[in-house]
Amino acid sequence: MSDDVKILTARWGKKDSHTLASYRADGGYAALEKALSMAPAAIVDEVKASNLRGRGGAGFATGMKWTFLPKDVRPRYLCVNADESEPGTFKDRYIIENDPHMLIEGIAITCFALDIHLAYVYIRGEFPRQAAVLEAALAEARAAGIIGKRLYGKADFDLEVHVHRGAGAYICGEESALMESLEGKKGYPRLKPPFPAVVGLWGKPTIINNVETLANVPWIVKNGGAAFAALGTGKSGGTRLFGVSGNVKRPGIYEKPVHYNLKRLILEDCGGTASGRPIQAVIPGGSSSPVLRGDEIDVSLEFDAIKAAGTMSGSGGVIVMDDSVCMVRVLSRVAKFYAEESCGQCTPCREGTPWMEALCEKIESGHGVPGDADKLLDMANHIGGFTICALGDAASMPVQSFVKKFKADFERHIAEHRCPHGDAAWGVSQDSRDAVIGGMRS
Amino acid sequence: MPGDWKDLPKDLVARFDALLAPVLQRYPPDRKEAAMLPALRLGQELFGYAGPAVQGLCADRLGTSAARAEEVASFYVMFHTHPNGRHLVEVCTNVSCCLAGADRMFRDLRKRLGLAEGGTTADGRITVREVECLGSCGTAPAVLLDEKEMIERVTPEKLAKIVEGLP
Repeated sequence: MSDDVKILTARWGKKDSHTLASYRADGGYAALEKALSMAPAAIVDEVKASNLRGRGGAGFATGMKWTFLPKDVRPRYLCVNADESEPGTFKDRYIIENDPHMLIEGIAITCFALDIHLAYVYIRGEFPRQAAVLEAALAEARAAGIIGKRLYGKADFDLEVHVHRGAGAYICGEESALMESLEGKKGYPRLKPPFPAVVGLWGKPTIINNVETLANVPWIVKNGGAAFAALGTGKSGGTRLFGVSGNVKRPGIYEKPVHYNLKRLILEDCGGTASGRPIQAVIPGGSSSPVLRGDEIDVSLEFDAIKAAGTMSGSGGVIVMDDSVCMVRVLSRVAKFYAEESCGQCTPCREGTPWMEALCEKIESGHGVPGDADKLLDMANHIGGFTICALGDAASMPVQSFVKKFKADFERHIAEHRCPHGDAAWGVSQDSRDAVIGGMRS
Repeated sequence: MPGDWKDLPKDLVARFDALLAPVLQRYPPDRKEAAMLPALRLGQELFGYAGPAVQGLCADRLGTSAARAEEVASFYVMFHTHPNGRHLVEVCTNVSCCLAGADRMFRDLRKRLGLAEGGTTADGRITVREVECLGSCGTAPAVLLDEKEMIERVTPEKLAKIVEGLP
């Protein structure tokens, strides 16, 4: 029954769902009104009780993060991470496209709870349409007196929210690089600690939350933290958006309880592979998450449960590959992405990621020599954990897991001096290009 | 001196200043430099590309060094320090898009335009390049046109038609 609860996608697909009038007609901003009558600390307590965990990838407890703010330092800032760039991830854009006021309400409640008066939404540069939708929604909210001077008419609380567009850099989704970019610099991640909650934007305490994380806040305030927690399990509450892509019959965004089963998501909700062929592999949480073999996908997507299975649900981006796909080719492309997006600050990542890409490509093209697969593994083992930010880990984890789980595929390339899949390295192309958005055909 | 912002057309510089003013309002008054990304984007739109002159103009208006502007302009892939063709066609070839045939589509597009290695057509009409994940994995493959319009669920035929129709 609880599988059917829709928090984030409830209004998607409705006519003009992005407008203030539509949001208000469905009871929008009632949660903000309620929040303003509460003590700020009580709002933080509800979010803590909700077991809401960061939806950007790390899965850190949101309420806990909020308590890291030092008590006596002002100003404080809120940065909303809408940089969504992890391959396989495409959820935040739909929240912004379909229900931007839900995000704005979440921002407003969060700022009131944390005594923040200036918030920035950092949205990736490749989302001009989504940035425009959000700007228009902010203008509506400002004109209606919801944000701006006197938050929702509250005399002594001003709140400004601005959109800041990125310019094409995956690294800027990393929270400290995001702040550097917002300060007008190149996106070089900062050493941590100090964490952003203590020393953040312009050296001031800063909370950085993902779009989806904040969009849940109005529901939590309206229905209570306990109700949100009850939708999930253990230390993870609520529903989350899973974006399924690759060789599936019905790709798209699915809102499911946070502990939904991965196999069920792919076979039942997405209808299995488009080709009808067996599932060879699944990347469960964005391209950096360790890959699962087709026989390993009967797992809960809950943060801790899937961690026990040796991988992560990360950003909720699920990529499915059937058995016609060349796994060496896939790893080669993933390695290329991280080589391309390494910011260049740390030597192991800057130098190592292009070498991993080159060696993957060498093996894929049939020029590998015995021992190359182990060499690849050795390179990855010397990058992950040796860099300032998590990009080094993100680049290493796919290499480590692909080589470990599909070693025979690598060895076959080397032994046969060619890609056994030939021209069809990417498998049979997907016949149906229709996507399912929130359970509905778009 | 080549690349000096003072050589940029005066009317366009005035327009740049007029458009930059409201953007500056978004950041604390003592943090003007934060507007570097929007300023470079604005300069690029008005002057065609974010070369040394645009970098210098942004640095001057934001009270920072031209070196800082160059550092930023060269870091982000959506800033172009050299001129492109009149249209920029960017094809995502990341995993989800390739599983939907993007690599073949990209190869065919280059072949049709006579650009084996990507780059700009001889008539300066189109620049083609491969880009990283555009966040359209569920509606793959995706193409970004002129950094403004995202075209999703592209087929090779549809892409050919779009590219043919570009002036």
